[in-house]
Amino acid sequence: MATSGTAARERLPSGGRSLRHFSWDSLTPFLLIAPSVILIAVFVYGFIGYTAYVSTTKWYGINPDYTSVGLQQYTDLFGLPRFQADLTNTVEFTILFLFGCIVLGFGAAILLDQKLRGTIFFQNVFLFPLAISFIVTGTVWRWMLNPNTGINMLFEQAHLGFLKSPWLADTHTALYGVVIAATWQMSGFCMAMFLAGLRGIPDELREAARVDGASELQGFLRVILPLMRPITLSAVIILGHISLKIFDLIVAMTNGGPGYATDMPGFYMFTATFRQNLYGRGAAIAMVLLFLVALLIVPYLVWSMRQEVER
Amino acid sequence: MKGNWTRREFVQRVGTAAGVLAVGGGFAEFLAACGGPGTPTASQLEIFSWWTAGGEADGLKEMFNIYTKKYANVTIKNAAVAGGAGSNAKAVLATRIQGGQPPDSFQVHAGQELISTWVKAGKMEPITSIWASEGWDAVIPKDLKTIVSSGSDVWSVPVNIHRGNALWVSSKAASAVSATTTNTLDGFLGALGTAKASGIKEPLALGSKGNWQVTMLFENNLVAVGGADFYRGLFNGKSSWTDNNIKTALNYISRMLNYVNADHATIDWDQAAGRVQAGTSVATIMGDWAKGYFTANNMKPDTDFTGIPSPGTTGTYMIVCDTFGVPKGAPHHDNAVNWVKVCGSKDGQSAFNPKKGSIPARTDVPASLFDPIAQRFMGEFKSASLTPSIAHGSAAPEAFASGLNDEMGQFVQKKNVNASATNIAKLADQFLK
Repeated sequence: MATSGTAARERLPSGGRSLRHFSWDSLTPFLLIAPSVILIAVFVYGFIGYTAYVSTTKWYGINPDYTSVGLQQYTDLFGLPRFQADLTNTVEFTILFLFGCIVLGFGAAILLDQKLRGTIFFQNVFLFPLAISFIVTGTVWRWMLNPNTGINMLFEQAHLGFLKSPWLADTHTALYGVVIAATWQMSGFCMAMFLAGLRGIPDELREAARVDGASELQGFLRVILPLMRPITLSAVIILGHISLKIFDLIVAMTNGGPGYATDMPGFYMFTATFRQNLYGRGAAIAMVLLFLVALLIVPYLVWSMRQEVER
Repeated sequence: MKGNWTRREFVQRVGTAAGVLAVGGGFAEFLAACGGPGTPTASQLEIFSWWTAGGEADGLKEMFNIYTKKYANVTIKNAAVAGGAGSNAKAVLATRIQGGQPPDSFQVHAGQELISTWVKAGKMEPITSIWASEGWDAVIPKDLKTIVSSGSDVWSVPVNIHRGNALWVSSKAASAVSATTTNTLDGFLGALGTAKASGIKEPLALGSKGNWQVTMLFENNLVAVGGADFYRGLFNGKSSWTDNNIKTALNYISRMLNYVNADHATIDWDQAAGRVQAGTSVATIMGDWAKGYFTANNMKPDTDFTGIPSPGTTGTYMIVCDTFGVPKGAPHHDNAVNWVKVCGSKDGQSAFNPKKGSIPARTDVPASLFDPIAQRFMGEFKSASLTPSIAHGSAAPEAFASGLNDEMGQFVQKKNVNASATNIAKLADQFLK
């Protein structure tokens, strides 16, 4: 190695400039990035491509069957009552869940930003649910929302019987039960984001508003709220894709029931693929899910890229 | 400086070398991982099942003990995956077999789950010669052999038989509901009415979280309404899914729901059994694994509770049957063959079934090993007309069973007999032909 190294060095002076173009220096970054580029290309984009391909085949059963059926899987899928229910459920769930998390999270953040005693304690209390997995949350909330035990029993003992509800046992209320559990878990996360945002607003800005004669409410509406916009957007993106892909909470709480009341595309994707062996249909659901998430993420990416250009 | 590397050169070369090593090494490992089972280790036996809890895990262990006594040099690896009715295990198994890493032997429900999933895909080895050399024809009922066969070959050996059509009645509150009143579905509904009038608001316990429990009600009602021949005909094309019996069977479920606990959609079968134990319900319709729940809670068979054929199905036996077979490419093939022999042996089945709470697939296991209810069921099994269960994978492919579960989940909410009957006929068109 040593001799060949010296040989290369000795040749350098004669053709220096042109050779430097291919020097190790410029190649190193590419070599360092290459493994992750290759792995992501194969294991993320390659498999997205494969899933898209499988979704156009009639694969049913353990052995792959790549007979093409065009868009048949998709037309079948959108004709299924179960999948139609999934789509409406997922939209309703996402809206309620986002709304709940953002309102509760922002409210808690404002309260905690008041620099009172004990805020650190409550900050942690609100954040802790985030550390629990959805399976645990789901199981505990399933017990609490059982019509015969849990919350209903509490209402009864407190002589608040009129508040009793069938919760997870009824098709009309089951989805709200799941929303409550999900919101309980994720609103702390929202709070942390908003709190960081609020703490990031320099006092000078609030002072300036006051000097200009704005009331506290006006200052809040005209100064603080606009500054929270990027944080709200991030929260919508992060919570939105969690909510579209929700699976574990459904498994733990309701298994999609009663009826299709709490069934979600992610859960049906698993059932179709691994319980019914309908691989083609499972792949089609995966592609629909990908499309839904892209609908949410792509505008955000475009927006943030534009911001970067402006800077 | 000649002959020495500068620091920059040194860093570059070390970096490159490390990179090449890492990528090369990773690639070699990747190839090795893709290259199939590799060299089989001396003597192992990997058994895949979803028996992870209570009596079933104990029963499996008993069979392991018998195996290791016979083949002392083999270490058994228990690759059990938790999850009721194998819901998770089946997903894991599918992934393993598709990836070319099958276990040596795995648990599979007799019937379509075995035939249409694994045999049709060419993933199983026939055990026809083992069946013949072990003389199982003489001790295992012919109807049962048919369920685990396709073409001229047998593909797995039944270890146990569970009964899907059983009614569990608490002795405390059960004067109205008895074997004489449950001979017909109408009689049963009448008895439930009597119980309700006597102050038990929700006399029939049901846990329908996951919907398959309702599918069991449906298949039992189909047998009760149309008889065993009609039921079996639904799967071999001799009876039609548009027959009026389908609607009648659904109608009976709908009438039963008038007597069922309101929270059924949030609880499972074991909590439903708990209602019977607590006396808030009089009876529940469930497979004979419910007996395990009662005995585990210190209730004595035929003293505190009893088990009889579900309403209107006397003389039939809804088969829920676990079997073991040998997958193609099993890493320890000979050990797996010996395992299958143990599963079908008298010793194996007498050790396993009392713990599991099922009855043996063999008819020559002494009845004295079992509790009085199992003894009665064993007697009935010998002469009963056997019907494969849809809910437990024997009668129909998974896609149909799972689709039917969905439909039953809809039905208990909407109780629309005509709509559900149409949807079921559609499912049958799609997956049973």
